[in-house]
Amino acid sequence: MDDLLQEFIAETRETLEAISGEIVAWELAPADGARLDAIFRFVHTVKGSCGFLDLPRLARLSHAAEDVLAAVRDGNRTPDTALVNAVLGIVDRIAQIVDAIDAGATLDDSDEHALIAALAPDAQPTAPAAAAPVGRSASRSVRLNVDLLDHMMSGMSDMVLARNELARQLRDGDVDPKVEAALERLSLTVADMRDTVTRTRMQKVDALFSALPRMVRDTSAELCKAVNLVIEGADVELDREMIELMRDPLVHIIRNCIDHGIETPMARRAAGKPETGRLVVSARQSGNQILIEVSDDGQGIDVARIVAKAAEKKLHTPTELVAMSETSRLQLIFAPGLSSRDTVTATSGRGVGMDVVRANIEQIGGRVVLVNTPGRGLRIIINVPLTLSILSTIIVGVGTQRFALPRQAIEEIVMVRGDQVRPDMIGDAATATVRGKRMPLVSLGDLFKLTKDAPPTLVIVSTREGDYALGVDTVLDTEELVVKPASPAVMATGVYAGMTLPDNGLPMLLLDASGIAAVAGLRFAPVAAADAVTLEEVVPGIPALLFDDLDGQRRAIALAVIDRVEPVSTEAIRWSAGAMRLSVGDAIIPLYAVGDFASRREVAVLRLTDGESEMAYAIAEAIEIVELPFEIAPARGSGPIAGVVLIAGEQVELIDPHALFSGQPVMIASPPVCLLQVDGSGWMETFLKPALEASGYRCVTSLSKGETAAVALAMEDAPPCEALAPVVTLRRAISADGANDASIYRYDRPALIAALAARRTI
Amino acid sequence: MTDLFLVAHIAGRGVAIAAAQVDSVVDIGEIVAVPRADAVVRGLAALRSRVVTVIDTGIALGLSRTPDTMRRAVITVAEGHHYAILVDSVEDVAPFTRLPLSPGLALHGGWAAVGCGLVERDGEPLLILDLAAVVPAPGLAA
Repeated sequence: MDDLLQEFIAETRETLEAISGEIVAWELAPADGARLDAIFRFVHTVKGSCGFLDLPRLARLSHAAEDVLAAVRDGNRTPDTALVNAVLGIVDRIAQIVDAIDAGATLDDSDEHALIAALAPDAQPTAPAAAAPVGRSASRSVRLNVDLLDHMMSGMSDMVLARNELARQLRDGDVDPKVEAALERLSLTVADMRDTVTRTRMQKVDALFSALPRMVRDTSAELCKAVNLVIEGADVELDREMIELMRDPLVHIIRNCIDHGIETPMARRAAGKPETGRLVVSARQSGNQILIEVSDDGQGIDVARIVAKAAEKKLHTPTELVAMSETSRLQLIFAPGLSSRDTVTATSGRGVGMDVVRANIEQIGGRVVLVNTPGRGLRIIINVPLTLSILSTIIVGVGTQRFALPRQAIEEIVMVRGDQVRPDMIGDAATATVRGKRMPLVSLGDLFKLTKDAPPTLVIVSTREGDYALGVDTVLDTEELVVKPASPAVMATGVYAGMTLPDNGLPMLLLDASGIAAVAGLRFAPVAAADAVTLEEVVPGIPALLFDDLDGQRRAIALAVIDRVEPVSTEAIRWSAGAMRLSVGDAIIPLYAVGDFASRREVAVLRLTDGESEMAYAIAEAIEIVELPFEIAPARGSGPIAGVVLIAGEQVELIDPHALFSGQPVMIASPPVCLLQVDGSGWMETFLKPALEASGYRCVTSLSKGETAAVALAMEDAPPCEALAPVVTLRRAISADGANDASIYRYDRPALIAALAARRTI
Repeated sequence: MTDLFLVAHIAGRGVAIAAAQVDSVVDIGEIVAVPRADAVVRGLAALRSRVVTVIDTGIALGLSRTPDTMRRAVITVAEGHHYAILVDSVEDVAPFTRLPLSPGLALHGGWAAVGCGLVERDGEPLLILDLAAVVPAPGLAA
């Protein structure tokens, strides 16, 4: 956090210096829109940063100033001297507070309400208070011009080349070992320096992402929303300058996502989504671009409302709006002064953000792509060029030339020999069979017209579309290279991703594996088709464990609640103090079981946890991990079954962990016992038993020791000798013998089941 | 009104190149070929720590391939990329008055695309070569 604060201070100071001229100019010409915009952007940025750095005073001041400036921008207020003075007073105070924060000093805030009050339309002009300047403290970090770093980088490369040249010259002659030792030392220093200098430019994108969890937490708490942030690809390295420039847009986009995109827990529940919104921020490299993607599963953009807003604000004529494509309508959110929100919030403001966001990203040669799925979420993909990036590569040789291949594209490298790897011709298409797997083969020498020989080495490369084998002469080395974009004439070939200058001083081209596949005419049709399907709707399902329960039912439970699955001895399970409990080591945890396991010596239990408390669920056997479908047929009644889902065409009951943990009565739900008072004719066993068991009873003809029956069945002519359980009497005649006859006709199945249920002891 | 021009020889003809378009004049070292690129792209060469795209001026003008022995090049920058334009030789830099192309002058082939005026040196007309037109435009080649 300290780093962020330091950065905020440095940045605010820098902007303050930059806009001081604008402020003076605005004072002279208050109607000048461009000056106003610059100051507006400044207070807006300060407000944004304060939000997540937890600087309420600055946030208050900047928010107040922003309100007034927005009113001026909208034409609701005319900038007069009093207003200009009041805004300048706030800007001055921001500078003082920033200095105070830096110095660790406190600053009196008693007159701040006066500063804010001075912004009101009817405020009396006040004399600007002259606060005592606070001494600046020395900082351990300096901000450098990027040009200087660039110069240092190229100087470094020149130094490496000079060192190489010197080494070559020395190798030719007879060299004094002392000179050689000196050269060795020089080489080490140069290598070390090169790493350091490189590091000054490159930074893991983690530096950009590390502040996000806190910000997401604070923002979502502020808005009473539940958001789960997932960060992917924090290891991708990015130009430091790029990271700096990406910071504000990213923060803004994420705040917008939480504010406008993700709904309140209540709205989410109503829409059938999990209460906690999902926000995924990921970075990945694709060719010579870095893709930073922010996706949420919120409500997406309401395009109709955006269009209505644009019409209301007269940004476009109705005719223009009607003629717009869906994409251009979506792009309206980037129009200055347009917000889809009707109310202004402290979080993402009035939509001034998105125009600034796009301007910032376009300024670094990037692009913003929106993928909107109304009701399902929004994906914002930021493409930024890889102006300078270190890539781990493998150097391959073909003919007399060398090329670099990005290591991430390479699956493996195999030599053509023996039976394991064999190149074949199918018609006129070359293929390679590597350990039984057949894939297309592209000979680089052939494609580039460098050699005619069959390639002795195959590099198996994987692309988004599919894998193929790239035939080369030799694999020379691995090298970390600084890749730069090549000129358009070179890129037009479609087979290169960039160029680089390795230590030997000869330029080298970086191959683009997908491009080569395309140029060589490889078609990965089936895979590509499958890809298109997944692109359409990628909604990650909830993983769940499918298992056979003790009562023979197949059930599923969300994987997230399972801590582990382990076999326990049934001796460790006891019915004690009104509940089933499992002793694990020194602890006793509640156990839930739906069936009988007394006959087993061991039973598998799922150890469930909600993060704090723990419980166990006894099962027969774990089967596999499946992904839960979206559709869940709700269960009838309460109980630990949330509903029924369809998994691989089979109905599977889904366990409701919430019900388990919320203290549903824990008991063995073994089927009730029905005692059959047999009369020797065998009718009960043959006719009645299957029907009763289908209705959930366990039928016995005599009770074993310690067993109790829930209900007993007897024929009218063979009453039970002793009353072990409530008795249901069956009769042979269809009609009852008088009104007092409670017996039931033996083939009246519904009445029989109803009578059993009514009489049985629960 | 006079501008500074670099007088050079390309394909045996004298030409004038606006000094504003010239970054430097160098003798380039080894050229690494770029397979599959348009013939105009002779290859890549290292210029200190920078990689430049070497343009075969002969082919760019629709003439014959520039011989390998010719290594003198004029470096120019177009859209952030450095290009080395191969030339026969370079004379000097001098101020000249930019004149329009003589009426009725029939330039053919590549010359027509790159010529954008005339200068007169001691009575000898020199074609003004627009380096930006020599550099292959994006979308060309492939």
